[in-house]
Amino acid sequence: MKILIKGGRVIDPSRNFDQVADLLIEDGKITAIEATINTNAADHVIDASGQLVTPGLIDIHVHLRDPGLEYKEDIITGTLAAVAGGFTSVACMPNTKPVNDNKAVTQYMINRAKNDGYCNVFPIGAITKGMAGETLSEMGELKEAGCLAVSDDGRPVSDGEVMRRALEYSRSFGITVVSHTEDLSLVGEGVMNDGFVATELGLKGIPWVAEDTMTARDVMLAEFTGGRLHVAHISTKGGVEIVRQAKARGVNVTCEATPHHFTLTDEAVRGYNTDAKMNPPLRSAADVAAIRAGLADGTIDAIATDHAPHHIDEKNVEFRIAMNGIVGLETALPLTLELVAAGTIDLPRAVALLSCGPAHALNIPRGTLDIAAPADVTVIDPSLEWIVVREELKSKSKNTPFTGRKMKGAATCTIVGGKIVFSR
Amino acid sequence: MAFNHKHILGTEYLSREDIQLILDTAESFREINTRSIKKVPTLRGKTIINAFFENSTRTRLSFEIAGKRLSADTVNISGSTSSVTKGETLEDTARNIEAMHPDIIVIRHGHSGAPHYLAERLHCSVINAGDGAHEHPSQALLDMLTMRQHKGEIDGLKVAIVGDIAHSRVVRSNLYALNKMGADVHLAGPGTMMPSGIERLGATVHYDIRAAIKDADVVMMLRIQLERQGLTLLPTLREYARFFGLNDDVLKLAKADAIVMHPGPMNRGVEISSAVADGPQNVILGQVENGVAVRMALLYLVSGGEQAVE
Repeated sequence: MKILIKGGRVIDPSRNFDQVADLLIEDGKITAIEATINTNAADHVIDASGQLVTPGLIDIHVHLRDPGLEYKEDIITGTLAAVAGGFTSVACMPNTKPVNDNKAVTQYMINRAKNDGYCNVFPIGAITKGMAGETLSEMGELKEAGCLAVSDDGRPVSDGEVMRRALEYSRSFGITVVSHTEDLSLVGEGVMNDGFVATELGLKGIPWVAEDTMTARDVMLAEFTGGRLHVAHISTKGGVEIVRQAKARGVNVTCEATPHHFTLTDEAVRGYNTDAKMNPPLRSAADVAAIRAGLADGTIDAIATDHAPHHIDEKNVEFRIAMNGIVGLETALPLTLELVAAGTIDLPRAVALLSCGPAHALNIPRGTLDIAAPADVTVIDPSLEWIVVREELKSKSKNTPFTGRKMKGAATCTIVGGKIVFSR
Repeated sequence: MAFNHKHILGTEYLSREDIQLILDTAESFREINTRSIKKVPTLRGKTIINAFFENSTRTRLSFEIAGKRLSADTVNISGSTSSVTKGETLEDTARNIEAMHPDIIVIRHGHSGAPHYLAERLHCSVINAGDGAHEHPSQALLDMLTMRQHKGEIDGLKVAIVGDIAHSRVVRSNLYALNKMGADVHLAGPGTMMPSGIERLGATVHYDIRAAIKDADVVMMLRIQLERQGLTLLPTLREYARFFGLNDDVLKLAKADAIVMHPGPMNRGVEISSAVADGPQNVILGQVENGVAVRMALLYLVSGGEQAVE
């Protein structure tokens, strides 16, 4: 099968490539990018004129809820949502039931994705057994089984000694430790950002310092151990600055930010909107500005969604007891393009943050349009306007604060391993 | 002037004119409470459900008496007897209550926003009788009725509110309402009990009770929740009483004719000394008395207020 993508603006930040060209895919690999490729060479031609042709987008932070919590999402619906959003690879967190802290669960995820999924799935194993924060997981075996990173995402590794040993131990296997940085003693019973909105709504606040102190600790532990640290869903001005300074010192650290944290503030919680309840919480306008600056100057390496599907019954309750998180796979691309429209970042940087940036952060062998690379390609119409309608989301859960928002830009064709898995 | 609110979710949503109307209406109801036959037929045939999912004695009693004096049929649900303890969601509880066609639900709930949640889903009127640390509008209104009785006008009064500001729904409701009525509000309490940005609701924040109380017309003390001891907010009640409690010496800093208020129940010897609690400046029982009149006014006004007081 030969697919020819004709006349699109090909942006491959992994090679600083940005020009209008044709791209040829043969037998699951990219075989040519040239100014003009003869249409006769292809079985299928995609007219991409006026559109972008980019490396398949990569989301290094999703929750597929499979195994164990399939009523929220499963590997089939989760990967379908991914490809609808333009993602060709996703890395899924281990907080499943059972926790992905052993090779059986990892292999289940990989096999299920291979057999029934729509895109590449790279499981992330747990740092500690059962994500209990006490005993290190068998990282070597997890790596062998296919995990590229470890994380106890959803909760921090509170014990400093355990985190130190995790960073030391992970070095033997060359895998990244992804940290959910949160000092639970400072979070207390908080349910949203600590600030004026929380005061007004009478809801308990989670202060930014709860995130920053733990980010600082983990960055320093990475510096001390030489381990490779990736800070998940950075949400504070202080956190961005801590990583910026650490990178300047040469610490082996990367970080990600989510579209909701660079788009919304805690004002979105007003009306006790449980679709705006997440962890880390939506922060202040100053934090949003700092995250945008971090995306622009290279401090933040990747945009990741923290796609967190929840059943309606888990959100349609009083704010305090609602589950944290939103679905993000189908809205990440247009929200990133909003940053381009606002002049915060340019288009190649936006593509980098969604492809080679995340690939590099977790060492995922994807994120390039290099010749002979696996043909994971996303064709994007940056001017396509659409409105977020809950019922139209592919994800099994519909918990998004962006319902009704006018979006500009969407994937029109998603190709994974040379196979068209989604088109609109 | 017409009252255009179906629900009373908080004083945040009431205008100065609304508040004026509620207080004026309450004044007219206060007289009924002193009659030998304390009942008028105003809400005859109406059903009021008092759904108290959090412990309360005086507010529940006050709403119940208010409803009965207006001849409504009042039914009480409390947290321990409701299905909530059996795992039922608030939405299902709401649907079941709705199926019984009440006219008004008065709700007290431990979660901020719970009355808003119900108001969006129910056809009847919802009155917030206290939600989490958010609002307690009827308390603020009865506080203002009491201030008006003793001070004539609320406009221009210096009101000091002292205690656990962070966890107090009374404070938020009073801040919204007092500011709309032209009062100058000063808050004081330990730093651990002062929430972020509270001054943006229209208050001067102090960490020293004396600064807040100086030349005040009204001193409102808040209850310190003894169960919060050990949550690192306070080292000891003894120290709290010494530095943030109201006693005769501190009260002297206020105006000589200042009134002392407390939403109750009081911790004597903690936030307020017995001498002050029983002293000539306290109007605490007057607040309780006014509570019934204010709640009668709220029930009457959200019902449409068609019938005059007989």
